[in-house]
Amino acid sequence: MKLFGFFSRGQSAPAARERLQVLLAHERAATGDVDLVNKLRDEILKAISKHMQVDDEKVSIKMERGAQVSTLAVDIEIPFDAGKKAA
Amino acid sequence: MGKVIVVTSGKGGVGKTTSSAALGAALAQNGEKVVVVDFDVGLRNLDLVMGAERRVVYDLVNVIQGEAKLTQALIRDKRVETLYLLPASQTRDKDNLTPEGVEKVIAALKSAFDWVICDSPAGIERGATLAMRHADVAIVVTNPEVSSVRDSDRIIGLLDSKTLKAENGERIEKHLLLTRYDANRAERGDMLKVDDVLEILSIPLLGIIPESMDVLRASNVGAPVTLADGRSAPALAYFEATRRLKGEDLPVTIPGEKRSFLGKIFGRKAA
Repeated sequence: MKLFGFFSRGQSAPAARERLQVLLAHERAATGDVDLVNKLRDEILKAISKHMQVDDEKVSIKMERGAQVSTLAVDIEIPFDAGKKAA
Repeated sequence: MGKVIVVTSGKGGVGKTTSSAALGAALAQNGEKVVVVDFDVGLRNLDLVMGAERRVVYDLVNVIQGEAKLTQALIRDKRVETLYLLPASQTRDKDNLTPEGVEKVIAALKSAFDWVICDSPAGIERGATLAMRHADVAIVVTNPEVSSVRDSDRIIGLLDSKTLKAENGERIEKHLLLTRYDANRAERGDMLKVDDVLEILSIPLLGIIPESMDVLRASNVGAPVTLADGRSAPALAYFEATRRLKGEDLPVTIPGEKRSFLGKIFGRKAA
């Protein structure tokens, strides 16, 4: 039973290799403190704060770094009267 | 109010990060709310071991420096709802880890989680001392090997002098987690026995994690071993360790000692 499970589980090393390649590609590309995704994140937040008071607690940021494509999701709660306050 | 645990060892490569991830996941799998905090600024790896390396947005240093809110830096595990990770910074200097900043973060985490598990970096420098600073309980990870035992002894000394509890004249609860234990080698007399290590370090035993391919396989795929294969020998040992951590009085089984006659024959052959 255990022997069977051993064979059917498949190798894990290819997964390790792939994960490392993606991770290291991103880490090497990052110059100093800022990589592109981080830069975009900061600038998006800056742009938004020009128009409204950004409550940090109401901002959720998600990233997923991929081999070909990374995704950046910025989720912001905008209060109804946000625009007026800034103006 | 949650309990703060530091997973420490002095020596590197003995299994601090693996154990932090496995214990954290095991607790969370039982419904407890857990956060695992990586204190290894500059050389973070907990994110990789837990399979969240592609999702790091902010880190511990960002929170301490006020560049991000704690809730924004926490990464929720995709498999276990109540398991969270607070990654270390990969690019910042260790000096950004200030005692005041760490104190604030730990206090906030304590009020939001049942367990705050601090994964200490190797060594006895700033990162390691700050990781242990606010701990209620210390888990000393040790391999049955001379240099690891020696370094653990040194760390135990630091736990008794440098932690907040120690400075306040209280005793910090310490547990030994013996990892990479190889029953076959111990049987042949080529490895320090459990009793030897316990006698030398004289702190109570939390568990014995057998040397296993399952640990490597789990880190390869980015899952704590208790999640990657919950029925594997190391996973079962981690589950048992968490029960002891919660105060259950559970006898520790030494791997290999309970093997049947047949098991012994086959175990020898396999070795």
